[in-house]
Amino acid sequence: MTALANLANLIRSKNAGPFVLTLDIMFEDEARYRRVRDCGVITTDLIATLYRLPATQVRLFFCDAALAIKVSIPRPVAQGGVGDSDGHGGQQYAPLLAIEVP
Amino acid sequence: MMTAIENTEEIRILAPTGVCGSGFPEQSFEIGLAQRPHFIGCDAGSTDPGPEYLGTGRTAFPAQAIRRDLRLMLLGARRLGIPLLIGSCGTAGADVQVGTVRDWLLDIAREENLHFQLATIRSEQSKAYLTERLAQGRIQALDPAPILDAQVIERSAHIVAMMGAEPFIRALEEGADVVLTGRASDTAIFAAVPLMHGFAAGLAWHAAKILECGAGAVVHRKRPDCMFAWLRKDHFIVQAPNPDLRCTPQSIASHALYENADPFHLVECSGTLDLSESRYEAVDSRTVRVSGSRFSPAERYTVKLEGAELAGFQSVLIGSIRDPYILGQLGEWLGRLRVNIAERIRMVFDESLDGQWDLGIRVYGRDGTMGPLEPLRDKLPHEVCLVFELTAPSQDLARSLAGITRHQALHLPIEKWSGLITAIALPYNALDRGPVYRFNMNHVVLPDDPYEMVRISMETVGDAR
Repeated sequence: MTALANLANLIRSKNAGPFVLTLDIMFEDEARYRRVRDCGVITTDLIATLYRLPATQVRLFFCDAALAIKVSIPRPVAQGGVGDSDGHGGQQYAPLLAIEVP
Repeated sequence: MMTAIENTEEIRILAPTGVCGSGFPEQSFEIGLAQRPHFIGCDAGSTDPGPEYLGTGRTAFPAQAIRRDLRLMLLGARRLGIPLLIGSCGTAGADVQVGTVRDWLLDIAREENLHFQLATIRSEQSKAYLTERLAQGRIQALDPAPILDAQVIERSAHIVAMMGAEPFIRALEEGADVVLTGRASDTAIFAAVPLMHGFAAGLAWHAAKILECGAGAVVHRKRPDCMFAWLRKDHFIVQAPNPDLRCTPQSIASHALYENADPFHLVECSGTLDLSESRYEAVDSRTVRVSGSRFSPAERYTVKLEGAELAGFQSVLIGSIRDPYILGQLGEWLGRLRVNIAERIRMVFDESLDGQWDLGIRVYGRDGTMGPLEPLRDKLPHEVCLVFELTAPSQDLARSLAGITRHQALHLPIEKWSGLITAIALPYNALDRGPVYRFNMNHVVLPDDPYEMVRISMETVGDAR
């Protein structure tokens, strides 16, 4: 087992418009990408648990050409609204780093 | 007049940078110009800097930075006699921001003694028009979206419509050399000319998606820089003019993920770009060939709205706590503090203020970045930074509430210590943040045609030659 952060070459988060947060997990080589894609750990249920949302609000994509996994979820607070802590959504990926991958 | 595209087998496009005002190296730009582009395009706005800019009408980048980029782009485009298309002027693309950028452009034209036809396309929406379309059921919510009703429209400071490629095409057909627009789809800036010349829509929109970020799609972008594309009938080629920058099939494929909820389907006014069958091949170590991208025309043309409304005025108090005994019971301490602040405000202002103000407390060092989503929020830090945000209907009131908060926080006791304590370190007193705004819609309008929500005006700049 190893942490997702040890396999990916970039894990990032960003706004996709003011109401959606999107998370990208990107890999440098095909072997690592396939290892994570095919291990069955990254699921809408896992993301729903980490980000405390119903799984129905989680959109999960495996992008083979980009060697990347993408997750999009509603923002907890609209961008820049009173109480929003992260206007660009750029520091919301920490819960992904320690995901254990076989 | 729009320069005739002499070879309709290929359209060459230069994108100097991802946002006008973020800068680009002149050397890269000159290399791009030497590759004889048919037009130059640049996005000048985004919702990325937040609702403040749509709310206030100010620009996110400083005037000097925007003028510097504008000057270089305008001089380059006029030297080659090719169109310059700039979308979402002045950050949010509200009428006031389009006016500001137009003024700067006219200043530059005068200083440089330039002559050209300028099209200005405004896309701010009137409240009466939107209220009518709403009543007709011709405004639809995207997912997720806040509630939109006539009151939300009425409360908005500015509402802009994100135009598609069609208004750009109309302005070019009417003879524009330079096109400045209000809020526009970033991709429409770059897709307009290829669509006008009958290039495949899937490739045109996909190339546009890459170009609109400037050099954003290269492997390691060191600073904002240029991008160049050669669009042909069945593929396009992308390369960054700066020889130090590399595009790889993976870097170009990955770019579809950036700031985008769905990496395979990108919705535009006139349809959806579908990248699920796109192929990415290396031409050489820094150049990529893309093919297979498709475009499905929409049944109904839709135009996305962006609106911002005043949320109130804010004063902000910043402090820190180092005492491990307070930190050990921080949640409880902050809970008592909230109660005391509310009681004190009611004592001073009576009940008429109930529901009129808001106190936000950020705890940096615990969960300031992620709030309730923070997985490590129960871990005890050795110090925390507290940010208190008081939002109220006026700045004077927000400042008064921040004063009350300051005093309540300073001396809120804990059981461990007897006597008067000073519980929080304050580097300075409360700061006035001014008006704060919120984005208040994520909706599309179903207009009768692509031009219903824009106003195009043409003018001759310099003497008419």
